[in-house]
Amino acid sequence: MTTPVVQARGIVKRYGHVTAIDHSDFELRAGEVLAVIGDNGAGKSSIVKAICGATTPDEGEILIEGKPVRFNSPIEAREMGIEIVYQNLALSPALSIADNMFTGREIRKEGWQGKYLRMLDKPAMEKFARDKLTELGLMTVQSIKQPVETLSGGQRQGVAVARAAAFATKFIIMDEPTAALGVKESRKVLELIQDVRARGIPIILISHNMPHVFEVADRIHIHRLGKRLCTIDPKDYTMSDAVAFMTGAKEPPAEDAA
Amino acid sequence: MSESATPTQKGQDFEQVLDQSDAKVAAFEVKHHTVLQRIQHVLHNNPTLVPVIVLVLSLFAFGLIAGGKFFSPFNLSLIMQQVSIIGMLAAAQSLIIITAGIDLSVAAIMVLMSVIMGNLGVNLGLPTPIAIAVGLIGGAAAGMMNGLLITKIKLPPFITTLGTWSIFFALNLWLSGAQSIRSQDIDEKAPLLKFFGNAVSFGGARITFGVVLMVAIFGVLWYMLNKTAWGRHVYAIGDDKDAAEMSGIRTDRTLVTVYMLAGLVCAIAGWASVGRVGSISPQSFYEGNLQSITAVVIGGISLFGGRGSIMGALFGALIVGVFQSGLRLAGVDVLWQVFAIGWLIIIAVAIDQWIRRVSA
Repeated sequence: MTTPVVQARGIVKRYGHVTAIDHSDFELRAGEVLAVIGDNGAGKSSIVKAICGATTPDEGEILIEGKPVRFNSPIEAREMGIEIVYQNLALSPALSIADNMFTGREIRKEGWQGKYLRMLDKPAMEKFARDKLTELGLMTVQSIKQPVETLSGGQRQGVAVARAAAFATKFIIMDEPTAALGVKESRKVLELIQDVRARGIPIILISHNMPHVFEVADRIHIHRLGKRLCTIDPKDYTMSDAVAFMTGAKEPPAEDAA
Repeated sequence: MSESATPTQKGQDFEQVLDQSDAKVAAFEVKHHTVLQRIQHVLHNNPTLVPVIVLVLSLFAFGLIAGGKFFSPFNLSLIMQQVSIIGMLAAAQSLIIITAGIDLSVAAIMVLMSVIMGNLGVNLGLPTPIAIAVGLIGGAAAGMMNGLLITKIKLPPFITTLGTWSIFFALNLWLSGAQSIRSQDIDEKAPLLKFFGNAVSFGGARITFGVVLMVAIFGVLWYMLNKTAWGRHVYAIGDDKDAAEMSGIRTDRTLVTVYMLAGLVCAIAGWASVGRVGSISPQSFYEGNLQSITAVVIGGISLFGGRGSIMGALFGALIVGVFQSGLRLAGVDVLWQVFAIGWLIIIAVAIDQWIRRVSA
């Protein structure tokens, strides 16, 4: 088997007396969509935060493509090609779509204007943003220069996903991408997830929505009481099995089920 | 692996009807927009339009009321001179307000730095360029102090700068011994401090270097805010700081640079104020903090951050200048000038709130 994209072993994170992550393992394989499910407070966000550098674990090690890493901030993770689509999307409403796609990694003009005057190459950024949105079939917006606050919820989600897809080289983390969306817009996001996977970029999908998880996930990581309970293949289990595992109603299968 | 996960029948059962659903994502009935709503939309996209319209209208109004005197090149250039120092403070203030902060210490930094320049250049007899350089660096350092208190100790900008306002004002009284530096002494020992009081005259108009400097500062800051990544980050921080942080902006570092730059601009204004006033007085510009905020607010820059163009602050400062000059020439008591400015502020913020409510 090839080296997993992410491999975390024995991660521990404590906040005072609370142990958010209790010797948990984590594995993301190449080209897959890995769903992370768990009850509220099970620590699924905590483990993903540890992987993307939003928190630094107290114990344990994280390997990315076999190499140990220790991120101090999500910016460091981003520099390695790890993108995160936050639940609140992390977009600046008053800035344009193009500006939002390039926040923190703007393109400067070539030559003296960019070098000495630090002038942005807006046409290049707008073209890139337009190309990416078109690629993902999201060019339903009127203008790439329009502020994000004028977009619908689904369109905003599209911009956030497009931003991640455009810059991710290792993997993408998506936190509840369909939570705030209607039926039609959720469908669009699920198609985007499959699109991104088809380009060979693996995705970690945190979600509460069982039908969505079972539809797009290749494997499901079930988190319970701060650690990985088991990993299952959605084709071998039903949604009610998964819910039973994550709530403790049923004993989990052996660790290496999938 | 991916084959199995891409079923021929896509989605959930209840979603199958989506194929026949209306393809329009979100269509709005554009025709139902009233004229007022359209105006609201245009203003939302061009926040500087309001102060420009107000400026043009007030120019016309005072031209009618005060007659030809108002439109004389001399009077118009005088307005520019009167506005120049507060205009520079407003430029500094705009930077801070765009980040959703506020700086009550701008005028205190300005006066303190002019006192330092005067002390070093006139009283201690140091070479004037060194005195000026120390003042400019001091301005950036004072701004940095504000920035670090706000980002590292996480104090609200209002409280931080309320405190540093008093601190800088006290330092200023201590360093100056509450004494002004006389104009003659500056002319004699450090004439370079008065450089921005020099002027070129043509056709009755008198354009001081201070006015040119103010316009140049606005130009440079406009460029930085709109054409560089730093500027986009400043707006993003004012819009939503957490989102900016998550999308990869080092927000604390950017905020410190914003406060430093504002402090530097205040120090430059301090230098220019020597040329404008003639002497260096520790008691001058005591209301400068609030006047700069007035100009910014009238200029349509939102106090909630992330919205508005720095050019608005220039127009805001000019509107205040035009009102003061026009009412004076019309022979109206000074108290009514203050009265009018008060209403301008309230109306400007009310318009800002109305524009923000634009239906997306």
